[in-house]
Amino acid sequence: MSGLEQLYQQIIVDHYKHPHGRGLEAGEETSHQLNPVCGDEITLALRWDSAGQRVEAVAWEGAGCSISQASASLLAALAEESTGEGDPWTTDELTALIDEFREALRSRGTIPLDEERFSDAAALSGVSKYVARVKCAMLAWVAAEDLLQRRAV
Amino acid sequence: MTAALLTPDEIAAIRAQFPILTREINGHPLVYLDSAATAQKPTRVIEAEAAFYRQSNAAVNRGAHTLAGEATELYEDARATVASFLAVDPNEVVFTSHATEAINLVAYALGTASIGFGAGANAAAAPYAIGPGDEIVVTELEHHANLIPWQELAARTGATLRFIPVLDHGGLDLEAAATIIGERTRVLAISHVSNVTGAVTPLEVLVPLARAAGALIVLDACQAAPHLALHPRELDVDIAVFSGHKLYGPTGIGVLYGRAALLNSLPPFLYGGSMITTVTMERAEYLPSPQRFEPGTPRIAQAIGLAEAVRFVTEIGLDRIAATEHALTQRMLDGLARIPGIRVLGVDAPGPHVGLASIVVDDVHAHDAGQVLDEAGIAARVGHHCAQPLHRRFGVTASLRLSLAVHSSADEVDRALEAVASIRPFFGFDERGTA
Repeated sequence: MSGLEQLYQQIIVDHYKHPHGRGLEAGEETSHQLNPVCGDEITLALRWDSAGQRVEAVAWEGAGCSISQASASLLAALAEESTGEGDPWTTDELTALIDEFREALRSRGTIPLDEERFSDAAALSGVSKYVARVKCAMLAWVAAEDLLQRRAV
Repeated sequence: MTAALLTPDEIAAIRAQFPILTREINGHPLVYLDSAATAQKPTRVIEAEAAFYRQSNAAVNRGAHTLAGEATELYEDARATVASFLAVDPNEVVFTSHATEAINLVAYALGTASIGFGAGANAAAAPYAIGPGDEIVVTELEHHANLIPWQELAARTGATLRFIPVLDHGGLDLEAAATIIGERTRVLAISHVSNVTGAVTPLEVLVPLARAAGALIVLDACQAAPHLALHPRELDVDIAVFSGHKLYGPTGIGVLYGRAALLNSLPPFLYGGSMITTVTMERAEYLPSPQRFEPGTPRIAQAIGLAEAVRFVTEIGLDRIAATEHALTQRMLDGLARIPGIRVLGVDAPGPHVGLASIVVDDVHAHDAGQVLDEAGIAARVGHHCAQPLHRRFGVTASLRLSLAVHSSADEVDRALEAVASIRPFFGFDERGTA
């Protein structure tokens, strides 16, 4: 597989063309993240269970490159999976996941994303070799982190 | 275009002067098509800068030792070289850090004049004061460096910022310009060549309108200087700026041309040493241009490097560079027109286009398109090219820009076209396109 094919794995292109979790509701709390270099934009919401303890879904809207949009979609799909297994994320679990994601993406290709933990989103591992694209992939995850941090204060 | 095109042998000889062009990127010989962002440097420019540090380094315009004299002479020779390139007087050439600083310098000086601060003891700056009711006119295609300083000047003075709109074809609305530029216009700030469409601004229409209105005319010539002979007096503009690094010179150096009488009337921008005559604890008197606008230790090595870059393009001949790049631009535009699913921003703007094309690929974001080119060893710019309003006007947030230089070859353009044609198929979109 060429570097380009590793970057744009079929999973990523599929999520770009057919995104998961798109669509926000009026009035829900969101985090808006913008990459001023290229104009990529993500507005993202975390949907909590009735007790406010676990994230049942990730919803978002945005515009930008395939990496930024697919990454948001893959995060939403990952939330769907956890919830579908009856084990939606706690704040701590999602925080740990975001930290791990960031560490892998900033590793310049030395730390792959664990497929057990990240499922299809592990396809984003290839981005870490492209320093200029890491920010694209991080956008949705930074939005989620921003929302978690707001709850913490 | 009457000048003879550069022959393939001549282009090969020019290419041999750019050491970076021997690099391979992702296993392919580098095709550098991002000269509109920054140009590559020929060996002689790199050497000129290094030679100054090796042999002649000293502070200029101060001290009496031999090196200080030598450095001052080299620095002022550099100014004379640039002045001759522009066909103006050396005291009309101010070195700044970049073109952005040059535009800010003018805007700030006008702002200072507007709050009643004159040029030292005299009131020469007073005619340049602007305020409520006055208008500053730009165009919708300006890049941020020739927009935001004017927004800020308008905000500080109470003047109104207006813009000449861009029509659907990508050219300026000249009918609107004729009504927008009028007796209230105090400043007209425009690009010589758009950094997104490559279209040459019809100065022959806009300049007379601004002259009739008595406005100060500021020309951002960053994208023109590497490609066209730039003679501000012939163009009848008051101010012209360009950056050194886009003209095969070093980074950290920009050029501000201004009519001598104008420069000597404007209040300084940055204050400090090397720009003064007499200083007391209460006040200071300022030197005339160019020292007036060059406080502190100036960009000596960069100016010397820039002068070498100016000699480099002058020896080849701007007329031959223009003719050659024109033909190559046409090859690129013709080739792009044959690729399905590609839109070239502003390609139908009337008049000549200089050295670049910004494209939008249907269904594929510019960032992704640029990645495909990079994989093929082709360096192109992706994003909004610091011209967000113009991209908004075209209904897009980003584009992919291919920009040519004196070392660009037909073979390189063809390689880029081939790579562009592969973008949609790579992402699984059919080759027919939706356009």
